[in-house]
Amino acid sequence: MVFVFATVTSLKTAPSLSFSKLGCSKGGRQLFKNVDCLLEPGRWLYVAGANGVGKTSLLRMVCGLASIEDGDILWNDIPIHSQRETYRKDLCYLGHLNALQESMTVDENLAFTAALGGIAPDPAQTQEVMMRFGLRGRGRQLVRHLSQGQKRRVALSRLALSPARLWVLDEPYVAMDEAGVQLLADLIASHLKSGGLAVLTSHQRVSIGDIPAQMLELQTK
Amino acid sequence: MTGASRPIGVANVMLAVFKREVSLGMRQKGEVLTPLVFFVVIASLFPLGVGPESALLLRMAPGVLWVSALLAAMLSLQRMFATDYADGSLEQMALSTTPLALLVLAKALSHFVLAGLPLVLMAPVLGLQFGLDTRALGILMLSLLLGTPTLSLIGSIGAALTLGVRGAGVLLSLLILPLYIPVLIFGAGAVEADAAGLGIGGHLSLMSALLVLSLFFSPMATAAALRISLE
Repeated sequence: MVFVFATVTSLKTAPSLSFSKLGCSKGGRQLFKNVDCLLEPGRWLYVAGANGVGKTSLLRMVCGLASIEDGDILWNDIPIHSQRETYRKDLCYLGHLNALQESMTVDENLAFTAALGGIAPDPAQTQEVMMRFGLRGRGRQLVRHLSQGQKRRVALSRLALSPARLWVLDEPYVAMDEAGVQLLADLIASHLKSGGLAVLTSHQRVSIGDIPAQMLELQTK
Repeated sequence: MTGASRPIGVANVMLAVFKREVSLGMRQKGEVLTPLVFFVVIASLFPLGVGPESALLLRMAPGVLWVSALLAAMLSLQRMFATDYADGSLEQMALSTTPLALLVLAKALSHFVLAGLPLVLMAPVLGLQFGLDTRALGILMLSLLLGTPTLSLIGSIGAALTLGVRGAGVLLSLLILPLYIPVLIFGAGAVEADAAGLGIGGHLSLMSALLVLSLFFSPMATAAALRISLE
C-alpha cells in the first residue's frame, strides 16, 4: 500500500478519446467520413449501425490495428500513432476472436494475455474474477474443452484483470447467456465508475447500469 | 479493481512468450517430431539413391545433411504464426505493451529450440551413415548450431508475409529458400573446408555474422509484415 505513486500519477490527467474528421474506406468504397466525437472518463460510446457500415473497422482503427487514412484519433489530445507505447498501456481490446489458445489451460491463457499487457496478475485476484464469471474450478481445464459461452467468459475475465483505462469491445455479448450479459454490464459499469472509458458495438440492445450511452450512429455516406 | 497485479519487464514478457511456445510444442509432439523424422528420411534416401560407394557419400555428406536440415526446418515454419492468427492471439500481441518485434524474436528463438536444436542433435547420427569421422561430425554440429537459428529468424519473415494466404506452404518455400543460400554455402562449406585441411574460422565467422544480422533485422521485418497481415 506504500507504492500508490504509479496510480496517482496516472490519474493526474483525465483521459479522453476523441475522433476528428475520421473517415474509412474499404476496397475503394467509402464507409463513413467526417466522424467527430469526444469521449470522457466515465462515459461509454455505443457504436451503432447496420451490417457492413464499418463498426469493426472503426474499432480496429481505435486500437491501432488498422491504419487511419482520413482524420485522426486522439488519446489525451495526442494522435494515437505518435504515442503508441503509452496508448497501448491504456488499451484493452476484445475482438470477435477470443484470443485463447485452445491447447492451453484457462489459467495459462489468462496469465499469458496479462503478460502481453505487461502485468503479472495476483493469483487471488484471478481466482476472484474467475469466480465472478462462473469459471470456478475451470482454471486447469484446457480451453478446447469449454463451451463457446465459457470461452467468451474467459476472454472477458481478461478485461477485469487489465489495468487499462480504455476498453474497446467488439460485439462482447455474442454467445453469452442472460447472466453473462448482466455480469458484463456490471463489469463495464464498475470500470466506468472508476474513471474508465469504453467503446463497444452490439446488435443487441445494451444498457450499462444507469449510465447513459453516448451514441455514434454510423451511416454510409 | 485494486488488486496486487504487478508490472513486469520486457524480458519477462519475452520469456512468457518463449515458455508458451515451448510448452505448446511439447504438448503437440507431432509438430516437433515430424520435421525430425523428415530430416532422417531425406538424409537416408541419398545413400539409397546414389549407391553405397563410400568415397562419394563422404564427399557429399555435408551438403546433403545441410540441405535436408534446411528443408526440415522450413517444414514447421508455416505454423509459426498461423494458429495465433486464427484465434486472435496475434492481435493481442500486436497490441501488447512490449514491442511486437521483441515478441517475434522470442517466437523465432522458440522455433529454433523446437525445430532447429533437434536437428543439430540428430545430425551426427545421420553423419555416421555417410562415414563422417568424429571431427567432421563435431564441425557439422557446430555449423548447424550457428546456422539453424538464422534459418528460424529469416523464416519468420516468410511465415509472416504468407500469413492467411492460400497455398502459403509453397509460396513460403519460394520466398525463403533463396534467402537460405548463404547459410547453406557457409554451413556445408565449413565441413568441406576442414576435410580439405583448410581453416574453418572464416566460415564460422561469416555464419556468426549472418546470425547477428538476422537477430537484429529479421524481427523488425517480421513485425512489419505481421502488421500488414493483420490489417
